[in-house]
Amino acid sequence: MTINRRAFLRGTAALGTAAAAAAALAACGSDDDSGDNPTVSANDVDAALAAGGTLTVWAWETTLKQVVTAFQAKYPKVTVNLVNAGTGDKQYTALQNAISAGSGVPDLAQIEYYALPQFALGKSLVDLSGFGANSLDGTFTPGPWASVKSGGVTYGLPMDSGPMALFYNKEVFDKHGIAVPATWDEYVAAAKKLHAADPKAYITSDTGDAGFTTSMIWQAGGKPFQVDGTNVKINLADDGSTKFANLWQQLVTDKLVAPISGWSDAWYKGLGDGTIATLVIGAWMPANLESGVAAAKGKWRVAPMPQWTAGGAATAENGGSSLAIPKLGKNNALAYGFMKYATTGEGAQIRVDNGAFPATTEQVNADAFKNKEFPYFGGQKVNEVLAQAASGVVTGWSYLPFQVYANSIFNDTVGKAYVSNTTLADGLKAWQDASVKYGKEQGFTVN
Amino acid sequence: MARYVYVNIAILPAKSEKEGDMAVLAPPAIQRSGPPGRSGAARRRRSWTGWAFVGPFMAVFAFVFLAPIGYAIYLSFFRTKLIGGTSFVGLENYQNVFTDSQFWSSFGRVALFLCVQVPIMLFLALLAALAIDSGRLYGKSFFRVTIFMPYAVPAVVATLMWGFMYGPQFGLIGNINDAFGWSLPNPLGPGWLLASIGNIVTWEFVGYNMLIFYSALQVIPRTLYEAAELDGAGQVRIIRSIKLPAIRGALLIATIFSIIGTFQLFNEPAILKSLAPNVITTYYTPNMYAYSLSFAGQQFNYSAAVAIVMALLTAIVAYAVQLRGLRKERVQ
Repeated sequence: MTINRRAFLRGTAALGTAAAAAAALAACGSDDDSGDNPTVSANDVDAALAAGGTLTVWAWETTLKQVVTAFQAKYPKVTVNLVNAGTGDKQYTALQNAISAGSGVPDLAQIEYYALPQFALGKSLVDLSGFGANSLDGTFTPGPWASVKSGGVTYGLPMDSGPMALFYNKEVFDKHGIAVPATWDEYVAAAKKLHAADPKAYITSDTGDAGFTTSMIWQAGGKPFQVDGTNVKINLADDGSTKFANLWQQLVTDKLVAPISGWSDAWYKGLGDGTIATLVIGAWMPANLESGVAAAKGKWRVAPMPQWTAGGAATAENGGSSLAIPKLGKNNALAYGFMKYATTGEGAQIRVDNGAFPATTEQVNADAFKNKEFPYFGGQKVNEVLAQAASGVVTGWSYLPFQVYANSIFNDTVGKAYVSNTTLADGLKAWQDASVKYGKEQGFTVN
Repeated sequence: MARYVYVNIAILPAKSEKEGDMAVLAPPAIQRSGPPGRSGAARRRRSWTGWAFVGPFMAVFAFVFLAPIGYAIYLSFFRTKLIGGTSFVGLENYQNVFTDSQFWSSFGRVALFLCVQVPIMLFLALLAALAIDSGRLYGKSFFRVTIFMPYAVPAVVATLMWGFMYGPQFGLIGNINDAFGWSLPNPLGPGWLLASIGNIVTWEFVGYNMLIFYSALQVIPRTLYEAAELDGAGQVRIIRSIKLPAIRGALLIATIFSIIGTFQLFNEPAILKSLAPNVITTYYTPNMYAYSLSFAGQQFNYSAAVAIVMALLTAIVAYAVQLRGLRKERVQ
């Protein structure tokens, strides 16, 4: 009997699903929530570092490689296995499955700020207060430090941060005589002027990006997600969300944003040839531009994020991640030792030297950091602008305890506004409804 | 005659045939075996000998086929929440599937795909098979190989390739628009996407189905054509009265394969999603829906229920088509 290849291929995909499901089920039994938080003193950590051992770290952040090298030189008895288990949600799926299965869990994992509450709530992460993490108050810049706390408990140490700024192609702006926009109204005006002058050029590209949208709402002062334990309030029609929806709707309706998804080949191409003129994005972007859009060297500059009110200095975080210790990891004291090394002091400096944007006050405020001139940006002192952005992050923001899922259905709902007559406001409403439904199904008290 | 032979290869054997075979194949020793009063031990030993032969197969079959299905069914009776853990919910997941508008919209989408794409694909495949079989085509093995070739391209590669061509910004469509100043409809837009996927699937599987039809046509004795020509039948008449009835079984089996394949549509939309993120939802096809439920939403239990309902629906549709096909067979 012939096997239909199509049926067979899809069958394998289905098997994959079944296997993951199996892993999840194995989890159902092992829900031993002992609840006791380990108390580990600094001496215990030092002893663990001296005694040595092997650590498995799941992370995709590239500068960690250099940190591991320096760390192993300093503590020769410790071996760190740096594993790239996927970027972003791919890694979370793998981590969730490993935690569910109760085996193969890393000792440390990179978790983005938006995903941290989900793992914290699932009681999958070690509460770091027992390690004296609270004494690190003031070590990190306020935005990231607030992001690693969930319900008043610290679950991770900030590794980097992404205060937003406006990256723009100066050559394109100069060519068409467009001033760098300082407010969002000016941004829309610049978008119109640019596209009228060159129909192939767009102010930016967007096909619906949950991370960008939530950051924009954040800057506008919106607080659509309010979380108090298992009580969740979702309101994607609050003032900040509405402000964003009304602004961005103009760009979408008039087709002033290029329909190109971020991080695609077409996106890099557009950033290089001037058809995508600006990016409003996190402070980790310079290294990505240098490596991904090498052809545009000297053309790009960085300016403060456009404001809702002229003269303001409000920004938001976009991306950024922490290191956290999964409860099922083996050597917690050793893991904390590496984690602290990688996120503060020496380790943080190594990562900054290799292009990361720091989450530590010491590194952000260092003169060497601020005064560094970037040849890619025409010699501009980029970090001055970005450090300024870090201090303007609007406080009081929180993500949903199931933000990973909510972001995965963003394009099902808000995405409709990009390809049909649905408005962004309607799309946000649909996103809210779908998220509320999921939250209720998962046992939260929502709205 | 030829028709009968082929049908028996392709589909479940006709009833009379089956009984005949049984009579012939049954070992005479059993028929003649002793009185009913034989000891139970002896009978058991004999039955175990048989099991020893099918045992390896049964073990593999149980392990890779029955166990996963049984496990999925078991999973579908529970629900795991982020808050509150796992609980037994009986058939509640199934009740939810039947009122789940996202599931039914995905089912509706593949049903539409089935009604439009499968007939087109099978018609093209049939046309190609008849042309190659006609013996009038110059370079027929060249055509046979080139039409079959796309089937050898992995579905992932094929979809990426077509995806690049479809791109309205930087793809072939974009280039054509630029070069001629046209504004062709966006193949990745909401109105055209399903048709674009249909085009990819057709491209991939015309050759495969053509080969099924072609091999069925090859079985027909050439003498029938000679006889028909002597009776004054033209090519069209030969196709209608000899070739098509003769390959009815092959048409049926190709249709059933295509139904199964369509309901399991996954690769093409999943890969194109990165190019059309707002058009291809996480519930674009039933398989994608099951996939995102379990991987993005951690809803393994509900995902299992969706998968099982979908499997049953596929089986029902495929069986209905088979019954209809066989009934026509008998009428003839």
